[in-house]
Amino acid sequence: MVVDGVTDEAVDQLFHALADTTRRDIVRRCVQGEASVSRLAAAYPMSFAAVQKHVAVLERAGLITKERRGREQLVRTDPEAVERAHQALDQLATTWRGRVDRMSELLAEDATSHDSADNDPTRRSHP
Amino acid sequence: MSITSLDKDFENLTLTLIADFDAPAERVWQLWADPRQLERWWGPPTYPATFKEHDLTPGGDVTYYMTSPEGETHHGWWRITSANPPKSLEFSDGFADQDGKPIAEMPVNTMQLNLTEHDGGTRMELRSVYDSKEQMEQLISMGMEEGLRLSVGQMDALLADDGE
Repeated sequence: MVVDGVTDEAVDQLFHALADTTRRDIVRRCVQGEASVSRLAAAYPMSFAAVQKHVAVLERAGLITKERRGREQLVRTDPEAVERAHQALDQLATTWRGRVDRMSELLAEDATSHDSADNDPTRRSHP
Repeated sequence: MSITSLDKDFENLTLTLIADFDAPAERVWQLWADPRQLERWWGPPTYPATFKEHDLTPGGDVTYYMTSPEGETHHGWWRITSANPPKSLEFSDGFADQDGKPIAEMPVNTMQLNLTEHDGGTRMELRSVYDSKEQMEQLISMGMEEGLRLSVGQMDALLADDGE
């Protein structure tokens, strides 16, 4: 998919890191404060290893940061990254606003070219 | 002012847009069905789109590219999953390489278009869904972590441009 050139690819990638319920939940939990991976693992009906994998995906996408403190691995959401995801959706919305504006302009051309004899078959249904 | 509502559902990574046009559904459908008209609105003036294949029937392919101000081309494809002119269209939208061939490992987005009669004109409802947990797993398993990191880095740079 290409929306506004190069930006769209990056947008998609971030969204995909968030396209999982557990991962989104981890991001939410760790917005309020840091949580250890073992505490997160206790919160989900899945193995410690599975939670650790989700954390790794989020870390690679830059959505959370992980820090080792003693025996614990502490996870913290990077609020800027979450904000970027919101901005990404905003960006898609902006793209569509532009598209709808251009669609409206094209339709408005039908009305202004009403008197000219054009052979556009699409205009047959439009007085 | 033809956009009636625009809903960003962050939880479900879905954008839902409702726009009302003062034209019959057949005419609005033509904006999608006629590639020359589609080219006039799909890309912004700075990134004009050029459509090559354009088959809006179920199973049909659409291929296109957008040209940057520097002359670089960015390719994309649609695969039509359902079409009911002039009422509805559903398709997948993905990335393609420079030859226009779909890049299998890149994420795909689902678009649903519905046109209904409304107040003597046409209401267009469009849903754009980012939903591909499997593809995400695929991205990871295919060793594209580096690509992911790179993309997020690129996004940082782009967003920094916006902010300053």
